[in-house]
Amino acid sequence: MTTTHERIQQLVDANEVLLFMKGTADYPQCGFSMRAVSVLRALGVPFRDVNVLQDPEIREGIKAFSNWPTIPQLYVKQQFVGGSDIMMEMYENGELETLVAGIAHQA
Amino acid sequence: MFSAERIRAILEAQLPDCTAIVRDDLQDGEHFDAEVTSSAFVGLPKVRQHQLVYGALGAHMRSDIHALALKTFTPDDWKRR
Repeated sequence: MTTTHERIQQLVDANEVLLFMKGTADYPQCGFSMRAVSVLRALGVPFRDVNVLQDPEIREGIKAFSNWPTIPQLYVKQQFVGGSDIMMEMYENGELETLVAGIAHQA
Repeated sequence: MFSAERIRAILEAQLPDCTAIVRDDLQDGEHFDAEVTSSAFVGLPKVRQHQLVYGALGAHMRSDIHALALKTFTPDDWKRR
């Protein structure tokens, strides 16, 4: 049996850019998650979205996994980046673009 | 229900050389906005700075506080902002 921690680790390992969020990229169900999606779309970087509202185990498990109490949460290249406030700051100062540089851009 | 004043008091008590400006523009006792300055943030990446704030708030982050929009500053960052 796979534990929640292992399921999260598999998602992190399998996706270069991974966003745990409320709702989906097309239908965010929280303003903070919507902002996180907007940042990634502005960068034009492909990403995998995980809707924690569909998965209560991941919704709770990701908070312990990242030592971070809120959703959304962004992982890039297997590293935890932060939540929507940090994403906005890193987008505005160019750090996020640097971080995702080299990851194939969406058409 | 929680208050901006309680969040400010907790952060300033828990973090070294801390000044916290906390607002609750919606006045719903659940959504807050905080600008937090502390010497504990010096040399740490943003993600660690925010983790220190969340750690100081502890269980309140999981219960009373529904949303906290957060900006963190080292004392030098704050002067230069």
